[in-house]
Amino acid sequence: MVKNSGRVTGVNGNMVTVAFDGNVSQNEVGYILLGNQRLKSEVIRISGSIASLQVFEMTGGITVGDQVEFTGQMLSVELGPGLLTQIYDGLQNPLPELASQCGFFLQRGVYLKPIPDNSWDFTPVAKVGDTLYPADTLGTVPEGIFTHRIMVPFDFAATGWKVESIKGPGTYHVRDEIAVLSDPKGNKRSVSMVFSWPIKRPITHYAERLRPTEPLVTKVRIIDTFLPVAKGGTYCIPGPFGAGKTVLQHMTSRNADVDIVIIAACGERAGEVVETLKEFPELIDPRTGKTLMERTIIICNTSSMPVAAREASVYTAVTIAEYYRQMGLHILLLADSTSRWAQAMREMSGRLEEIPGEEAFPAYLESVIASFYERAGIVRLRDGSKGSVTIGGTVSPAGGNFEEPVTQATLKVVGAFHGLSRERSDARKYPAVHPLDSWSKYSSVIDVNKVSYARDILFAGHEVSQMMKVVGEEGTSLDDYVVYLKSELIDSVYLQQNSFDPVDFAAPIDRQQLVFDVLFKVLGSELRIEDKKAARAFMNEARQKFIDWNNTAREDERFALYQQEIESLVAERFVAYERRAAKILQVK
Amino acid sequence: MQKVYTKIESIAGNVITVKAAGVRNSDLAVVTSSHGESLANVIKLAGETVSLQVFSGARGISTGDHVRFLGYPMRISYTEDLLGRVFTGSGKPRDNGPELTDNLIEIGGPAVNPAKRIIPRNMIRTGLPMIDVFNTLVESQKLPIFSVSGEPYNEVLARIAMQAEVDLIILGGMGLKYDDYLFFKETLEKSGAMSRTIFFVHTASDPTVECLLVPDISLAVAERFALDGKKVLVLLTDMTNFADAMKEIAITMEQVPSNRGYPGDLYSSLAARYEKAVDFEGAGSVTILAVTTMPGDDVTHPVPDNTGYITEGQYYLKNSRIEPFGSLSRLKQQVNKDTRDDHRALMDGMIKLYASYKESLEKKSMGFQMSEWDDKLLKYGELFESKLMELSVNIPLEEALDLGWEILADCFEPKETGIRSELVLKHWPDAAS
Repeated sequence: MVKNSGRVTGVNGNMVTVAFDGNVSQNEVGYILLGNQRLKSEVIRISGSIASLQVFEMTGGITVGDQVEFTGQMLSVELGPGLLTQIYDGLQNPLPELASQCGFFLQRGVYLKPIPDNSWDFTPVAKVGDTLYPADTLGTVPEGIFTHRIMVPFDFAATGWKVESIKGPGTYHVRDEIAVLSDPKGNKRSVSMVFSWPIKRPITHYAERLRPTEPLVTKVRIIDTFLPVAKGGTYCIPGPFGAGKTVLQHMTSRNADVDIVIIAACGERAGEVVETLKEFPELIDPRTGKTLMERTIIICNTSSMPVAAREASVYTAVTIAEYYRQMGLHILLLADSTSRWAQAMREMSGRLEEIPGEEAFPAYLESVIASFYERAGIVRLRDGSKGSVTIGGTVSPAGGNFEEPVTQATLKVVGAFHGLSRERSDARKYPAVHPLDSWSKYSSVIDVNKVSYARDILFAGHEVSQMMKVVGEEGTSLDDYVVYLKSELIDSVYLQQNSFDPVDFAAPIDRQQLVFDVLFKVLGSELRIEDKKAARAFMNEARQKFIDWNNTAREDERFALYQQEIESLVAERFVAYERRAAKILQVK
Repeated sequence: MQKVYTKIESIAGNVITVKAAGVRNSDLAVVTSSHGESLANVIKLAGETVSLQVFSGARGISTGDHVRFLGYPMRISYTEDLLGRVFTGSGKPRDNGPELTDNLIEIGGPAVNPAKRIIPRNMIRTGLPMIDVFNTLVESQKLPIFSVSGEPYNEVLARIAMQAEVDLIILGGMGLKYDDYLFFKETLEKSGAMSRTIFFVHTASDPTVECLLVPDISLAVAERFALDGKKVLVLLTDMTNFADAMKEIAITMEQVPSNRGYPGDLYSSLAARYEKAVDFEGAGSVTILAVTTMPGDDVTHPVPDNTGYITEGQYYLKNSRIEPFGSLSRLKQQVNKDTRDDHRALMDGMIKLYASYKESLEKKSMGFQMSEWDDKLLKYGELFESKLMELSVNIPLEEALDLGWEILADCFEPKETGIRSELVLKHWPDAAS
């Protein structure tokens, strides 16, 4: 096939304009030839015979007149067995291999094969003569702890493909032919375990999309109990810098109850990725007994790497997530941070001299963000199994102000909002998710009535504390003061969680339920308390015991002891259950 | 490539354009005018039209002046001879020493492959409890000091520089007052650290474009020394001037501004510099300590705001103290687990109590009756501020931790501290319990 070519006519930052002949399509990939280097770039605007390309590399040294080669392909990723445990840049370049080839620095113009050249034990599922549709299973290979389905490539036409031949059980190289398929007109096509798919097009080869109802357990108490996330849902974590977005994402990536976690480090610090890189191969996933790395894929386009590839990185990540979803797996995609991705769009929009919208973000910002989050979802596949992609994105609002365009556009489309607050992080109340401002549309792992009871105490306590600022402690009634102390207790022993404590950093569901029930006894009881000083002393003691309890492993003999101590502490002062609490507990 | 162009098409701000063929993006050129020679670099190509930013400013340049393209990008000599020397942002000596032309390296090189980075693991001791105890500085960290103009940020920087155990110090000054430049020079000379220091200084009266080059040139040299096994500490003061210089060029180039006139790529440009902080496996490291002045004490101003998202924490300097709120070292968790078992718990506990102290202080200032608890907090807050927060305090970490327990025991009962019981049992000073 004769490839199109063109010549550079201008360079402006990471945008290059190219005069071409023949046909060029939008989002097509082109290579700028610079000596023996080939710089990957993507067409983002065509006007007459001039195409504007965003270059995924630094543009130093490019000259007017340099040759450009168009590929006729949209920006795509390779899909196949061997993706798990990989560390890619935004264009699916494997970074460790790149490091062994180029050393410390990211040399530009080097693109390696994304899928490693391995051989796999193939077990056929389809038989000769079967009629299959794209995304139907041809066979399987074991990939780590999962059964990786080898499917009819998704980009095949959506008609029935007849299996002409298929390899028997055995070990084959990943790029070997494993089957030949023919369409109704008799055109034959060879299939290997690897195929590619354009990253900006969602994969929709499922029977139906379902409503996300099943909770996705993160083992973070404030999230699972008060602000839950569902499998196939979406959530966002906006917060000013230093409020703990990344620590929260990191905790989630370790503890989340899903099959595969894909981490898209998009325009953030390289150091944070390194922590994941070095820790995950050492950490054992209690669910599987294997290391966490075996269920993880990292797409890493950190802030000092070229900006255009940053924009591609979130799409690369979500495409790989959708691919694994087609195997009936549950995937959590953590994007940190979507603001950097939006900024990459803004930079490009500026170079294209588009009319700027709010804060100079392009006018299409909202629709782009919406269509990205819409790629999440829980689906029923054609074979009846369920798979899901859950997307959790952090947002880094300028000045910590949630009124800015990226946060607002994100809030319109997500199902849960975990807003981090500077106030809470300054007071070292981690995770600094604001319990009153945040919301979730998904259902909790704990009885809804109990949760809303606790939430009401948080609200009431907040009101009392506001009032106390005006009238002082002496102007507050004892009852109000106790409500305030109860809300403080929920905050310090339940909402706050120490992510650096070996026990407290992960609170499984049964533990959350147990602790919440004991806490609920304190919250729902009318207590015999003489004065404010006694109230404070009582709550301080309870808090201390709860914290000790939270830091004690279940196997530890003291675990039951602490529970007893708390219960007897409450029993000493117990008068009766408050009416609404009694109703919830169905006691008198 | 050595062709001379004698027709300058336009001059706007510090940017000139000429019509030329075969010029490569980012290459250097020499502009010769009646005022002398200046370097310039290519920042945009559009057909035949080449835009260049002139390092010494376009003032006095005439349309008939000569432009000669050199065919290579900005470079700096990398040799041991750099030590103890002072240069301008474009790498020219400003100390009457000889010009260095050996072993030239390009500046603004590619990013480090994240797969080749290692987890930082060495604490840098500074003797300031607010840093050592509460927000430990770590080798290969990038950390700015957020400060209002008028605060002694350069003094803090100089003090950390002298106490830090590093092989090499590189000072990148941007828009530095001449007095401050002399202050740094004198302080380092007096302490004998000058022989392991390199200065790249742009003073407030120098041309703007040179300001833009200071971080790149400083970090390019730092990176090379680190690759050769040296522990390098880079001090950059003041990055807000750098951002303002970027703004100036962007506006001249008629780019669409994003926020308060700053270009849309402010974040990426700052990140490209800060991310040069690295610990090379089997070689040295680059640690960056920068100063970002906050115009109008506003942390939401685009420069401190974007910086905060890039760097691994920040120190707030306010009223000549490093504020515990807002100050953060993101890497402290990497090192403070290995210092002493009570380090983390004490750090968190003391800050929580200090936050409560602030609330009580507010109540007091509004004239409310103080409870017993409030009185305890007030006492605690005052001790905390005078014994730990003052910049004059200079004690090692272990002493500072012991002092912390003493302050707690002075003010509270153990169970009021919110610290785990086993730690309290182990460290609570006996005399007070």
